[in-house]
Amino acid sequence: MKTFAIGGVHPPENKLAEKQAIEALPLPRTVAIPLSQHLGAPAVPVVAKGDKVQTGQLIAKGEAFISANIHASVSGSVAKIDSIIDASGYRKKAVIINVEGDEWVEGIDRDETLIKDISMDAEEIIKRIHDHGIVGLGGATFPSHVKLKVPKGKTAEYLIINGVECEPCLTSDHRLMLEKGEELMVGISIQMKALGVDKAIIGVENNKPDAISHLKKLSSSWDGISVEALEVKYPQGAEKQLIKAVIGREVPSGKLPIEVGCVVHNVGTAFAVYEAVQKNKPLIERVVTVSGSSLKKPSNWMVRIGTPVQELIDAAGGLPEDTGKVVNGGPMMGKALNDLNAPVAKGTSGILLFTNAETPRPPLQNCMRCAKCLTVCPMGLEPYLLAILADKQRPDDCEEERIMDCMECGSCHYICPSGRPLLDQVRVGKNMTGKMIRERSN
Amino acid sequence: MSDLFNEVTVFSVISLAAIGSVAAVVLFFVAQKFRVIEDPRIDVVEDLLPGANCGGCGLAGCRALAEAIVKKESLEGFSCPPGGSEVMQEIAEALGMEAGEQVPMIAVVRCNGSREFAPPKVRYEGAMTCAFAHSLFAGEGGCPYGCLGCGDCVRACDFEAMYMDEKTGLPVILDDKCVACQACVKECPRDIIEMRKKGKKDRRIFVSCINEEKGGVARKNCKVACIGCGKCVKECKFDAITLENNLAYIDYNKCTLCRKCPPVCPTNAIHELNFPPRKPKADKEKNQAGA
Repeated sequence: MKTFAIGGVHPPENKLAEKQAIEALPLPRTVAIPLSQHLGAPAVPVVAKGDKVQTGQLIAKGEAFISANIHASVSGSVAKIDSIIDASGYRKKAVIINVEGDEWVEGIDRDETLIKDISMDAEEIIKRIHDHGIVGLGGATFPSHVKLKVPKGKTAEYLIINGVECEPCLTSDHRLMLEKGEELMVGISIQMKALGVDKAIIGVENNKPDAISHLKKLSSSWDGISVEALEVKYPQGAEKQLIKAVIGREVPSGKLPIEVGCVVHNVGTAFAVYEAVQKNKPLIERVVTVSGSSLKKPSNWMVRIGTPVQELIDAAGGLPEDTGKVVNGGPMMGKALNDLNAPVAKGTSGILLFTNAETPRPPLQNCMRCAKCLTVCPMGLEPYLLAILADKQRPDDCEEERIMDCMECGSCHYICPSGRPLLDQVRVGKNMTGKMIRERSN
Repeated sequence: MSDLFNEVTVFSVISLAAIGSVAAVVLFFVAQKFRVIEDPRIDVVEDLLPGANCGGCGLAGCRALAEAIVKKESLEGFSCPPGGSEVMQEIAEALGMEAGEQVPMIAVVRCNGSREFAPPKVRYEGAMTCAFAHSLFAGEGGCPYGCLGCGDCVRACDFEAMYMDEKTGLPVILDDKCVACQACVKECPRDIIEMRKKGKKDRRIFVSCINEEKGGVARKNCKVACIGCGKCVKECKFDAITLENNLAYIDYNKCTLCRKCPPVCPTNAIHELNFPPRKPKADKEKNQAGA
């Protein structure tokens, strides 16, 4: 069985919601759609207070090169454009819409029938993806149209589709692969056409045997698409690790996957691409897992962007009394929310509720130089050393120790028997080093 | 014959003496060639400086300041926060230069969002450094401008002039120990700490808030936030207070410490330090004016 070469951990999987089919969440009364829910520059609003909007209407334009359009996920009137506390914990600008009915923009095909024939050419596809605000739905929310444009002098050989879902607890991609398999295949072929590649590989960890067999059966009738079962190991869903696992190539430090002829997209993105290109539907909803050990109904929901997290929790049986922490994202890389009214954004893959007993960090002890963090780091870094260098404020040494290669997977933090906040300190170091590098290039 | 003058001894002495004299000659010329001429005044100045190497002057320690002063042949633009005017005066006398008047400064914490006034809404248990907490969230109280209370400034202080108040969760600056080296100012990720004029008898008046949000939003998180109402601006007869981005700021160069503005602030965001307690009668009048 294939996997990546160095490091990795095996956290308990706890995929409580994997048998729950995706349900559509009832429309909330108001939505708050953040203007910055993708990597890059925030989008610029094109609606004003009091405007009537329809579902799927463009409400903010991503004008910078790395930015994405944002569409109304509901129909109704714009209550205000104000700052709200989003999942980042800070106030950010958002368009707040009061929901009135559910009128869709004309031209969006809401029929469930599968459309297999791809009528657009590569350029049209990329334009459509750009217009419809598709971003990477794996969590990093990098605008997809940028990824699909292969830079001059580089050639793409493989499209790798990320169906790994290595984060414990999350099941949204798993359900999507099971329920929307055929749409995925079309979405993948669309992306292949846009990139001009003839080989696509879907990487799936073998803790999802049903998804693997389902996709294998489907892919046999599609040219160039194959499915690769991978050994279960965190963080296999990270771009560089997935490339190493699937085709055995190593992306050089500080470079993008295109350097080794690869483009990686999440299964969620492939489905969004299908909907945008074949159904003319912008990215206005996504699958979100709600899970937790004391939650009544761990489940998967199709949620409109901008829905308050609170509504999602209510739908899953309400907030359990012993909740200690609500996390946006997976347990390894997610971030605790400090306001349950924070909206679901394009990058929200899961909402996890941890009980009071599961929440506290282990007591802090001294580093005993056991080097466990070194053995689990998938990038081959020395987390204990980076933590010390960051603490001593030495960005130049941090850079030499390749701190910018860290993707913040949290394996070191997870494995540390002394409960040291390694990732926290490394993040401080990355901030510091990034600032130094930017200042130097100016 | 004793063994003392045998062959071995004689040879040793002669050869060592020869090597020694050759080395001496070489060293003499090398020393001539590579001689470093250092201004003796640098040592003089360094001896006069406090030797704390705090970096408050903006240079890497006392020796660096001494070198810079001697090189520039003037005291203009240099200051020694811990030593103050006295030390600069001494240096000026030793070097035969003129020292400008140095205004004593002190650090002030411009946040009063204690646990009482800005009750925590969430519990933070990440790494206890402000630098990290700042990158994560707005703070336990919810104010994105306020003190995070992890004590990076206290750890940065080399003079034991700061401590964290356990009850309020805010740093406190000790008037008599702060030497205005600015280490805490540089450390604070939210720029809450500011250097201000120390004032007569250490008295100072300042707005203890840097929240630029609209009044209502700021008040939601913190009872003592500046809401940008502008009452203090109207009250000030010396144009010392400016209102920008929903936040009042008192210019310490224009402030005459008249004590008119603190009572008019509806949220008690303006602090006065080291003043004698107000007379009850005066208080009554102020309250009427405020109401």
